[in-house]
Order: sequence, then C-alpha cells, then structure tokens
Amino acid sequence: MSAPPDGHADPRVAFEAAKLGLWTFLATEVLLFGALFAAYTVFRVKYPELFRSEHLKLNRVLGTLNTFVLITSSLAVVLGVDAIRRGKARLLEIYYGATVLLGAVFLVVKYIEWAGEFRHGRYPGTNIFFALYFMMTGLHGIHVILGMGALAYVVVLSRRGRFSAGYHTPVEVTGLYWHFVDLVWIYLLPLLYLIG
Amino acid sequence: MSHETTGDRRTCLAIYVALLLLTVVTVLVSYVDLGMLNVVVALLIASAKASLVALFFMHLRSEDRLVWGFALVPIVFLAIIILGTLVDTMLR
Repeated sequence: MSAPPDGHADPRVAFEAAKLGLWTFLATEVLLFGALFAAYTVFRVKYPELFRSEHLKLNRVLGTLNTFVLITSSLAVVLGVDAIRRGKARLLEIYYGATVLLGAVFLVVKYIEWAGEFRHGRYPGTNIFFALYFMMTGLHGIHVILGMGALAYVVVLSRRGRFSAGYHTPVEVTGLYWHFVDLVWIYLLPLLYLIG
Repeated sequence: MSHETTGDRRTCLAIYVALLLLTVVTVLVSYVDLGMLNVVVALLIASAKASLVALFFMHLRSEDRLVWGFALVPIVFLAIIILGTLVDTMLR
C-alpha cells in the first residue's frame, strides 16, 4: 500500500483531526446561537418588565421535563460511545437508537408547547420576548432534528458493521454534536423559562 | 487517549445524577423572588451544568490543549459580541 505523505493516513491522526474539525464546527455554532443570545441580552436590559411578565406565560413544567429528556439522551450518547470503544456495536445501536427516540420525545413536547402558545394567540410577532422565544427554541429544534438524522445514520452504518473498537470516528463526532445541542438547551431553560 | 472503563461509566452516571439535581435546584430557586440574584444563580447553575457536560460527556478533561483552545476561544468571542453590543446599545 502506498500511503499519502500527509499524516492523515495514520488512523489515530485522522481521528484527532476529525475531532478537532467537529470542535471547530461547534465554535461556529456558538457564534450562530451567540447572535440570538446577544439580542436576548440587549432586549432584556431594555425591556425588563416585558420579559418578566411574558416569561411567566411559558410552561415551566414542560420546559423542565424537556431538560430531563435531553440530559438523559446525552447520557445515552456517552454510554453508546463507551460501548463501541469496547467494541460492542449492538449496544451502541441500542443507546444511539434510544437517543433518537428521546430526541423525538423532546420535539413532541416542544410541539405541545408551541401549539399551546398559538392557541393563546402568542406568535413570533406578538412581542420581542416571544419573537426571541420562537427564534431560539426553533433554531435549537432544527439542531435536534439534524442531530437525530446524524445519529440515526450512525445506527444504520453500525448495522452494516462499519464500526469497531479500533475505528468509530463518526460515532464520537456525532456524539459531540448531540452534547452541544444539550448544552444550548441548558442555557435556554433558565434564560427563557426561569428568569425571562 | 484512554479507553473508558467501568469506573468511567460510574463517573458518568454520577454526573448524570448531578445534572438532574442541578436542574431541580435551578427550577425550585426560580419560584423564590431573590431580585437580581435570580439571574445570577440561574446562570451560575447553567454554567456549572454546561461545564460538567463539556468536561465529562464531551471528554474535554482528557483532551489536549489544542482542543481546549477550540472549546474556549469561541466563549471569549461570544463575550465580546454580547458585551460589545450591550455597551453600544446602552450608550446610544
């Protein structure tokens, strides 16, 4: 075999490079959400009374329930990565499958919340608080959907016998992405539901 | 880079329980009126949870300095964006 001269032929180097690439992507994601966090901060300072009165209209119980769902899904990802590091592909498929299901549960709860807001006549155009609420949870929801797709694809690849203890880079990097989705929600819960 | 052991799995379960407990605490605190302190407490708890997720679930604690740099520098930029925008709009 004639290996290319760069270090990426070395599987260990390739893995480190892929991981660094994913962290770089997460850096751009921080700034994507960062624009909305900046808007939130500015308008919250400008209209504190509005934020205080409007945030009480959100369903704090469902927001908390969804936090439990996402944290649990993150644990499933950790256990899935741990499983394939020990070469247990079947176990990985179960854990990542569970994560996809928990992502679906999250979206259903989110749907119930949004439907409730619409029923009460609260739309993105109602005021700046609800504009930010729908933008931030909507952008986060898109990330949940994309993450579910990536995780499901990893399960499909694993079914085809692609991963082992020696090679499982896609498992690790999709896992990192899912934890990031969890991280964003960890901040959305207090900002939107708890302190407005 | 070390492979996970049963001990690491136990650690992650402990982190999971800590994350759930911190969530319960931050929700309970939100029902108590502490004035401006509510914001401080909520953000401190959120940051503690985020740190636990990054360090243990994302394995940041066993990463080298290059990955740490890629993880921390965006937070610095985020702070610049938020503070810069805030200063600009408040002094207008």
